[in-house]
Amino acid sequence: MAEVLRLEGVSKSYGAVIVADAQSWSLEAGEALGVIGPNGAGKTSMFNLVTGTVVPNAGRIWFDGQDVTGWPAARRCRAGIARSFQVPQPFGGMTVFENALVAATQGAGENGAQAEATCLDVLERTGLLPKANVLAKGLTLLERKRLELARALCARPKVLLLDEIAGGLTEAECHALVASIQDVRKTGVSIVWIEHVVHALLAVVDRLIVIDFGRKIAEGEPHAIMESREVKEIYLGIEADA
Amino acid sequence: MQVTRSSPASRAAAVIGLLIVIGLVAAPWWAGRADLRLMGEIFLYVSLATLWNLLAGYAGLVSVGQQAYVGFGGYAFFALTMLAGIPILLALPLAAVAGALVAIPVATLIFRLRGAYFAIGTWVVAEVFRLIAAQTPALGGGSGASLSADIVKTLADSRDLREAIAFWLALGVMILTVGAAFLILRSRRGLALTAIRDNELAARSLGIDIWRTKFFVYVVTAGMTSLVGGLIFLQKLRISPDAAFSANDWTAFVIFIVVIGGIGTLEGPILGTLIFFALRETMAELGTIYLIALGVVAIAVMLKAPTGLWGLIRARTGAELFPLSRRVTGLAPMSRK
Repeated sequence: MAEVLRLEGVSKSYGAVIVADAQSWSLEAGEALGVIGPNGAGKTSMFNLVTGTVVPNAGRIWFDGQDVTGWPAARRCRAGIARSFQVPQPFGGMTVFENALVAATQGAGENGAQAEATCLDVLERTGLLPKANVLAKGLTLLERKRLELARALCARPKVLLLDEIAGGLTEAECHALVASIQDVRKTGVSIVWIEHVVHALLAVVDRLIVIDFGRKIAEGEPHAIMESREVKEIYLGIEADA
Repeated sequence: MQVTRSSPASRAAAVIGLLIVIGLVAAPWWAGRADLRLMGEIFLYVSLATLWNLLAGYAGLVSVGQQAYVGFGGYAFFALTMLAGIPILLALPLAAVAGALVAIPVATLIFRLRGAYFAIGTWVVAEVFRLIAAQTPALGGGSGASLSADIVKTLADSRDLREAIAFWLALGVMILTVGAAFLILRSRRGLALTAIRDNELAARSLGIDIWRTKFFVYVVTAGMTSLVGGLIFLQKLRISPDAAFSANDWTAFVIFIVVIGGIGTLEGPILGTLIFFALRETMAELGTIYLIALGVVAIAVMLKAPTGLWGLIRARTGAELFPLSRRVTGLAPMSRK
């Protein structure tokens, strides 16, 4: 399999606070990689580094065979890296459909009827079609999270970064979410998924990495990783404050 | 399912708007000289407010120095007509082009500044422009210059016709400005701009080049603001550094208009201008109290209706006079393809 994303020794710190400590890992084309770790471990910061909203102090990031370390976020999205935000970042004064349209026209570079068709299709698949004409600021938290996923999909990514989109869902909603992420995988999109809802994560991912204090502390087959001692120690912590 | 942009309200607004424009084009036949001048001034303020709204309300570029371009446009217009002998109707668009060209280096400089620093930077730029104008003897230096009667008469021989032409130019520039803002916002770039208005982090994460989008808006608004500036001083027939680069006249009043009308909407600046002139015409004889009253109105609107009066109306009725938003129609409950 071809490698689509690779981090080499990526580090980032804010003064004494280290959010990424010489992180190295890679993602194969079509692969789904899960990321777990306690709150504040640097998972979202890692996404910020991959998408380019934060610039690393050291290390290199490769996407699709190119060194994208110096690329701004917008260029990386147009090249095929899209994310959902853990704290939803909707365009509040625009409708759900227009939010999706921004991604399709700017991120995927589609135009006119093609972009509109993409948006309607994605909104239908993510269950947001009935809300298409609602202003995004009027959505509930769950709907905002779905909009994050829909918008990222409309950007037609090669690599989709999902940041805690299953939190707060009911069991049935969670199943539907897992099914739709599996559908996305079938279209050939590679996925990196940060998630505390472990059973949802394990239903999708091929491989798991564990991050703590900005460092990758474990990596491997998901079930084996979940059974490992480091993860059990960390996870007791997570369950206590989840 | 279909995606449409017009609504009954926007179609009605288009018809009524067209009728109003036709009525206004005929104004020189039904209105007196003083009324024509007042309407011309209103049109130019609608233009300035629309342009500032595009900058601050959409691109997030809160400039408090747009008088730089009003003044630059005015001086460029005087220089082109008086010094270079270029006809008035050609000098106006040339002043606009010159304003856009000047904005390119200015933008690359002040775009390094963020937020409040950017605002102060724009003000400093305007002051620099004012000082340069005051140091230019060919254009009258600190005391300014008047457009000579010979040049003015090339517009038309009779005074009434000149007044009518100045009125039509102001009306035309307003239609051009509002129309350009409408077309920009309807385009793909406008979608990006609206996204930037709402959330810059999400916008750049979804592929929008924020710097380039803002740069485009800054340069276009600078050019059009210069055009409005040229026209303002064609009507005044006299220019001086203090009048041309007045922060009060060309920025403070404009910000007032946009804020009370509704920032981040196309309708807001138009509504705001009408309110501003209604206040000015009814309270002007009160002197400085009028300015205090304006301040009170601005503070009240900011506290009670931060989205401006149009924001209030829109929230209540969902009305949209300029069809910008896209609506998906045919959303039947069973809609499946």
